[in-house]
Amino acid sequence: MWIYEKKLQYPVRVSTCNPMLAKFLIEQYGGADGELAAALRYLNQRYTIPDRVIGLLTDIGTEEFAHLEMIATMVYKLTKDATPEQLKTAGLGDHYVDHGKDLFYHNAAGVPFTATYIQAKGDPITDLYEDIAAEEKARATYQWIINMSDDTDLNDALRFLREREIVHSQRFREAVEILKEEQGKKKIF
Amino acid sequence: MNTHFKTYYPYVSPFDPCKPMVKKTYSTPPNLYLGFQPPNLPQFTPMEALRAGTLWKPLYDPWYSPYEKGKKGVPS
Ligand SMILES: [Fe+2]
Repeated sequence: MWIYEKKLQYPVRVSTCNPMLAKFLIEQYGGADGELAAALRYLNQRYTIPDRVIGLLTDIGTEEFAHLEMIATMVYKLTKDATPEQLKTAGLGDHYVDHGKDLFYHNAAGVPFTATYIQAKGDPITDLYEDIAAEEKARATYQWIINMSDDTDLNDALRFLREREIVHSQRFREAVEILKEEQGKKKIF
Repeated sequence: MNTHFKTYYPYVSPFDPCKPMVKKTYSTPPNLYLGFQPPNLPQFTPMEALRAGTLWKPLYDPWYSPYEKGKKGVPS
């Protein structure tokens, strides 16, 4: 069960009207290493992982939905007042034809979201290594989006999201250490 | 502390079509080095932590675009 708090995890402020950034941000909405893929991947792995790391997957999987909401807010703010002409020049003409101003789960190139983006191998170490890789990929994606954006307010929120990927990766790495078990075990002879 | 960037210098051909980027950098965030987080690491204040995205100073590694003046250190 979830309890919803009607606020964003981090305030989203967008200061320049640049709908093209929305096109880039969609990568983190419905892309392979985006927040939706992350949330679904972790929450799905919870059931069959050793119980010591279930809570971590629940926590991080839940937080990814909070990130998804932030990305959605950014995309919405960047497109809600754009004219069809502006959307066309921003490369969002294809999107507008199919979805109007609705958001949709696809990546920056318009490829629709697919469950094949996420894995479930039934092997705890394998799954956690995938999770670590997913966090690093999301971190890298945020770097490239920030690099292409000159909107300092938007970048501020993106920086927050990238930092969270670093923390998530750290925690998944620790989960691997927990499952390796020997770590920190005092050997008394 | 470890650096959050590493650099390398790839081969540059005299026939490269574009102006070469002599120095290439890549990100090496702190999670690569921390291992299992030890107890009692330095913390941000709660207000700073909310802005930074982490409570733990050693895990803080902000990324700035080339358009932004890189203001490292404590989040303001
Ligand atoms: Fe994440």
